[in-house]
Amino acid sequence: MRKYLLKRVFYMVLTLFLVATITFFLMKLMPGTPYSNQEKMTPQQIRIMNEQYGLNKPVWLQYLIYLGGMLHGDLGTSFQYSNQPVSYLISSRIGASAQLGFQAMVFGVFFGIIIGSIAAINRNTWIDTLCTILSIIGKSVPNFVLAVLLQFYIALKLGWFPIADWGGFSYTVLPTIALGVGPLAETARFIRTGMVDVLNSDYIELARAKGLTKFGIVYHHALRNSLIPLVTLIGPYTVALMTGSMVIENIFSIPGIGEQFVKSITTNDYPTIMGVTMLFSAGLVVVILLTDIVYGIIDPRIRLSGNGD
Amino acid sequence: MSERILDIKNLEINFHTYAGDVKAIRDVSFHLDKGETLAIVGESGSGKSVTTKSLMGLLANNAEVVGGSIMYHDQDILKKSEKEMQSIRGKDIAMIFQDPMTSLDPTMKIGQQIAEPLIKHKKMEKKKAWAQALDILKLVGIVNPEKRINEYPHQFSGGMRQRIVIAIALVCYPEVLIADEPTTALDVTIQAQILDLMKELQSKIETSIIFITHDLGVVAGMADRVAVMYAGKIVEYGTVDEIFYNPQHPYTWGLLNSMPTLSSTLLEAIPGTPPDLLDPPKGDAFAARSAYAMKIDVEKQPPFFKVSDTHYAATWLLHPDAPKVTPPSEIVRRQKLFSQMNANKSVRA
Ligand SMILES: Nc1ncnc2c1ncn2[C@@H]1O[C@H](COP(=O)(O)OP(=O)(O)OP(=O)(O)O)[C@@H](O)[C@H]1O
Ligand SMILES: [Mg+2]
Repeated sequence: MRKYLLKRVFYMVLTLFLVATITFFLMKLMPGTPYSNQEKMTPQQIRIMNEQYGLNKPVWLQYLIYLGGMLHGDLGTSFQYSNQPVSYLISSRIGASAQLGFQAMVFGVFFGIIIGSIAAINRNTWIDTLCTILSIIGKSVPNFVLAVLLQFYIALKLGWFPIADWGGFSYTVLPTIALGVGPLAETARFIRTGMVDVLNSDYIELARAKGLTKFGIVYHHALRNSLIPLVTLIGPYTVALMTGSMVIENIFSIPGIGEQFVKSITTNDYPTIMGVTMLFSAGLVVVILLTDIVYGIIDPRIRLSGNGD
Repeated sequence: MSERILDIKNLEINFHTYAGDVKAIRDVSFHLDKGETLAIVGESGSGKSVTTKSLMGLLANNAEVVGGSIMYHDQDILKKSEKEMQSIRGKDIAMIFQDPMTSLDPTMKIGQQIAEPLIKHKKMEKKKAWAQALDILKLVGIVNPEKRINEYPHQFSGGMRQRIVIAIALVCYPEVLIADEPTTALDVTIQAQILDLMKELQSKIETSIIFITHDLGVVAGMADRVAVMYAGKIVEYGTVDEIFYNPQHPYTWGLLNSMPTLSSTLLEAIPGTPPDLLDPPKGDAFAARSAYAMKIDVEKQPPFFKVSDTHYAATWLLHPDAPKVTPPSEIVRRQKLFSQMNANKSVRA
């Protein structure tokens, strides 16, 4: 087990190194420079700025300097935000994004499992059709449309929750729903497909032959087996949501990282792009490891050690 | 006469499909007495599994029981609610399925899978149920049960898994055990072990067995009585000796002829295929494939003709006016053995 984990961690570091390398050079290929008003700058000004940010050095040297910094936890300085360190920029904004993404995921997966199970159990009835229609809507309506609808009806008309801004838990409810409907629909679809298969399997027939109730069969046998394929979906999805959604954060005026990331790309803010990308990748590799561990817990056939027990 | 446990009368089951109604079970009657083993044999699609599923109340959603009754002691199973059936299933009537590789839940410890019926039907606490599960694991011959009770299905071989499936079925000491081709998926040596185990447990647990198979070879050592099914009907039934050595229906002849024996290595499969049950033939369903078919066979359903008190066959060949035919040589050989056996019996008696 320990050997296995060490090996996995080594591969994780290797993955991150590759991501950093590829992103760095791809980023350098992007058109434009970090300066928004380059036409008005004198060549001398540009030279001074380039020197200040280390952009005058050859690209391979810039790359090595960046890697060196990253090893010490230094992600460089943002070009656009009055020279703030990228690590500060991220840490001050990731909290809101992560909380929102996590809540949306919990909300979506929880209700997705329930709705998907109900659809599978009542397969080919109107209940199933209703659940399918709902999840198609949930998947195809863009979440910003839903966000605006929620703002208008729930916040403005009914006044149940704040329209926007970032304060206590009540501020998170509407954006959580808006962000969570996507994973909810996806989860419901996944669980339905999986559970329909499982419910047709021999061991469910055996469970029926034991005299178990319908609920007992679903709860003790069908659910766990239907969750297995979902596990691979949840991890990466969570990371994607937790590292910020630009649109939702914009609509609800949430000080998250999603907006930041988009802005950093349009302005060639190299250190911020790198920082957020590395954060996302790190989240992803960690989650993939966690997924494998959880997989082993849910599915005894895939226990981690791989050498017997 | 021993106590009658199951009495199935004139059972008719249809399946609604897009193509129309599949008449899967057509006027089937049979019974099961205490302690006996009844084998139901027949080709694929003859309706063996549908029959047994109806006993458990586990028919598919598109099934409709059109008529008949299934008396379990003095109660009609067909009149019971799903809830009432749940309290019978696994407790009074239990079932072993065909494929041990897929009939266990891959994500649940086998201890829990065996304990489940006890927790459900005997309202046992988990600990006590597991203790009992351990006992039954020993009974079905799992080595090192204390350790293995905590393992998952994938850690067992096919034969071991079928032992576990048997343990699950027997853990509540059911009155009736239905085994639907319990050894078909296993290789021959394991097959024999499982059959021996079933016989051994039958005497220990005093259960009656309905044994489904398409392989007459395994019937001889297992069953007391045999019912032969064809195209949703029982065409002949009798004691094992009567079916093996004095068969009357051409379909039974065909089955016996296609079975490898010590004396004949020549295997003759029955030519043709079973009829379409969407629109079953009017007369004897086997007529189209039978070399012995007469005109009346395609026109009129043959009734059961009595051969002995325990032996009946639905073929017009037994009608007093029917011409005398000579069955295949293998059957003639068997019938000779049968009259010898009977002669010996009457000498002894
Ligand atoms: N759910 C269903 N819908 C439609 N037809 C069905 C359904 N279940 C069974 N049948 C039909 O009923 C008939 C009997 O099937 P059954 O499974 O009882 O056969 P069997 O004797 O058990 O065969 P096998 O040896 O292959 O298990 C077949 O013609 C089958 O196609
Ligand atoms: Mg079958």
